[in-house]
Amino acid sequence: MNINNYLYLSAILFTIGAVGVVVRRNAIVVFMCVELMLNAANLTLVTFSRINGTLDGQVVAFFTMVVAACEVVVGLAIIVTIYRSRRSASIDDASLLKR
Amino acid sequence: MQPLLTIQSPETALFWFLAPLAVLAALGMLLVKKAVHSALLLAWVMITLAIFYIAQDALFLGIVQVIVYTGAVMMLFLFILMLVGVDSSDSLTETITGLRPIAITAAVGFGGLLVSLLGHATLGRQAVGLEGANALGNVQGLAELLFSKYVWPFEVVSALLITAALGAMVLAHHQRTNARPTQREQAVNRFRSGSLAGAAGLPGPGVFARHNAVDVPALLPDGTPAPSSISATLKARGDVIDSSQFQLDNVDTTVVEEK
Repeated sequence: MNINNYLYLSAILFTIGAVGVVVRRNAIVVFMCVELMLNAANLTLVTFSRINGTLDGQVVAFFTMVVAACEVVVGLAIIVTIYRSRRSASIDDASLLKR
Repeated sequence: MQPLLTIQSPETALFWFLAPLAVLAALGMLLVKKAVHSALLLAWVMITLAIFYIAQDALFLGIVQVIVYTGAVMMLFLFILMLVGVDSSDSLTETITGLRPIAITAAVGFGGLLVSLLGHATLGRQAVGLEGANALGNVQGLAELLFSKYVWPFEVVSALLITAALGAMVLAHHQRTNARPTQREQAVNRFRSGSLAGAAGLPGPGVFARHNAVDVPALLPDGTPAPSSISATLKARGDVIDSSQFQLDNVDTTVVEEK
């Protein structure tokens, strides 16, 4: 097996995540798709770390995980705040800036 | 000269077994209706990725992936799902016309571009593998890098974590702008609202003497079902049973004698 297969897998997962962000309407599902994209990027970093024979890629993937955890905490807090004021977790409903 | 990487056949089998499952789960995440099912499928994708990390000599990241992602992050997602509940945004109908075909076309183009790019790109050398870098152990190697070359990003990330925790607390904090109503005021408001339901309480679910489960709306004196007797969550989930089937006219009351 070629090690590039991991990179292909990560590209496919990243694309699926991107489609999910565009297509789904539930803010929480959109958020989960963002997580999927971050995970796919992490797989690329780990694979390149193995290709290059250094651990730098793994350190960067570790930082990505920390940033993703922060992003989840703040993002979910925003979703809860929006839900509290408008009783909806749909991203189509939060369109006040448009009008 | 570092030894070149050869991928053993167990890893190949693992990849071809798990990678299609991961892609299927990710696709299912887009297609299933309920957000909870999406969350479970995403947890499966994350566990698959953790196995891939461990297979690729990234032991520490594999464990952290399981603990941080499938443990903490997905736990948080499910917790928020429980808090927010189900609503109409779970439906898969498209609100912007033509969004879905455009999104799929763009995704096929983007994915094709990425894959063909990866197919054509060359690093100019063979894959090395991590045996050399992991000679003293994966955790030791990572720690050495983290506390020497990457010590400044490490500190910045710690500041980011504290900021995120503070931000979540600020966002979740709810400041009261008016005084909390006393029990007496609440009682007065209930009677002033004019509806009997407010004063006497909402009717309980269930058709007494025939069916008293929580998923059947109570019957009003005129025989119509009372929608206010059912939890809104059950209604949104579509788990409400029609109470008309418990009306006496519709129930088979013929007695069959046993011989």
